[in-house]
Amino acid sequence: MAVLVLADRSGATVSQPTRSAVAAASQIDGDVHVLVLGGAEAAQAAAKLAGVTKVIQADGPAYEHGLAEPAAALLVALAPNYSHLLAPGSAMGKNIMPRVAALLDVQIITDIAAVEGADTFRRFIYAGNALATVKTADAKKVLTVRAASFDPAPAEGGSAAVEAAPSAEDPAVSSFVGAEIAQSERPELTAARVVVSGGRAMGSAENFHLLEGIADKLGAAIGASRAAVDAGYAPNDHQVGQTGKIVAPELYIAVGISGAIQHLAGMKDSKVIVAINKDEEAPIFQVADYGLVGDLFKILPELEQELG
Amino acid sequence: MKLLVPVKRVVDYNVKVRVKADGTGVETANVKMSMNPFDEIAVEEAVRLKEKGTVTEIVAVTIGPAQAQEQLRTALAMGADRAILVEAEGAEPLGVAKVLKALVEREQPQLVILGKQAIDDDMNATGQMLAALLGWSQGTYASKVELSADGAKVTREVDGGLETVQLKLPAIVTTDLRLNEPRYASLPNIMKARKKPLETLKAADLGVDLTPRLTVVKVEEPPKRQAGVKVGSVSELVSKLKTEAKVI
Repeated sequence: MAVLVLADRSGATVSQPTRSAVAAASQIDGDVHVLVLGGAEAAQAAAKLAGVTKVIQADGPAYEHGLAEPAAALLVALAPNYSHLLAPGSAMGKNIMPRVAALLDVQIITDIAAVEGADTFRRFIYAGNALATVKTADAKKVLTVRAASFDPAPAEGGSAAVEAAPSAEDPAVSSFVGAEIAQSERPELTAARVVVSGGRAMGSAENFHLLEGIADKLGAAIGASRAAVDAGYAPNDHQVGQTGKIVAPELYIAVGISGAIQHLAGMKDSKVIVAINKDEEAPIFQVADYGLVGDLFKILPELEQELG
Repeated sequence: MKLLVPVKRVVDYNVKVRVKADGTGVETANVKMSMNPFDEIAVEEAVRLKEKGTVTEIVAVTIGPAQAQEQLRTALAMGADRAILVEAEGAEPLGVAKVLKALVEREQPQLVILGKQAIDDDMNATGQMLAALLGWSQGTYASKVELSADGAKVTREVDGGLETVQLKLPAIVTTDLRLNEPRYASLPNIMKARKKPLETLKAADLGVDLTPRLTVVKVEEPPKRQAGVKVGSVSELVSKLKTEAKVI
């Protein structure tokens, strides 16, 4: 039986975490379908993903903003054709998929980090301090995917047909009012090759801008620890950690971050970790490949210059 | 308007959990337990809505062991009016949502506010599942909640920024970090909370089947990263990143 992946749109294409979800789906079954809510261009992009055999596109005002109630109703309408329903563990996937699971009387398994079989998956618990292998007794499986654990499916290579979604009932219990999405030239945090993150030691929202020069030179996304978000130095969507985003870039530079367990949960799969901190006992050094002890306000300008 | 606030007893966020040697789970004996931090935010939001006058009664509920009374007393000390404990061990989010649905049908609240995720299983599912079972609207990851007689305007934390949705009541709201900063209960309020009503039920009393759907095959320590080297200068760092790690 085929598996269905709910896509997260990213402008005219699908997000990188969606491609990771497609990669996870391909490990379960060779017949992978993708559901795109709104966005004809994104549906065309999904059709080109390697491993995708069919794209279903849902048009209509109820789907344009990814509201959970109509999206879940549509997924439930499609569910009889699929053994597994997946979505990336993005804000959208996490919002919609548990609703789908409950409507199907299924216990969802969120943020899977590995596929061990059609009914067995691995996921982190306790802020990444333990790795659980769980097996589900539910006939149908509903999953979200931890993008950092799966290499994204290539954006080219497929040539799937795009078809229109069947109509499903819109519960019409909520409506979209508006969004404030930061316009940034920088790569998306969960898709960036390099991430530069600041912690509480940055000291203020103004000082946080010191990271920008370095991020510009490295083509990096900017992240933040929960402490920095709590202190109001950085917006919440920059948060890396258990309760924020999980990233696994080639290079992660932690500046003035002590390395609380819940922060490590969001970045310890990075390929290379650099820590800059004035406290040489900071736990972040225990996971860092390269540590530099010193005053970040001296180091950051120097680093920016050194990167030329 | 009546409000229901579900809370969960979890291992305190400051505790470094250890995986049990036999691989069946993590060590929870003799470990400090607390209210899930996101649920504290939910209790605080409920109390603030009551202080504004839109809410008349707050019922705190939990599904857990008998000791979860402690977390209900905390909620009562923060300002909840009464509490219900449904005794059950190890319920999964779907089972918890079914118990909550039964309580909602009994209590008839217009709004349920709960944490977006519990910091033990990190599942992030109960609120959405409850909304599904009730057929209610959902406003997850809330950073702002504006309640009126017929609706709730919820600002949500989403990838890249914020989104605002208008929910018809009754509705489910799940809390994110920036919604508020929970208060500490004062000593007089802690004393008063001891006298507030706390009812104890069993899941079977509510006619809910909590048979788990998931079997934990094993729990293990995640692969550990080895600490690397300390470098002496910025230029040494940059040179190592270029020539050794080859990432820039």
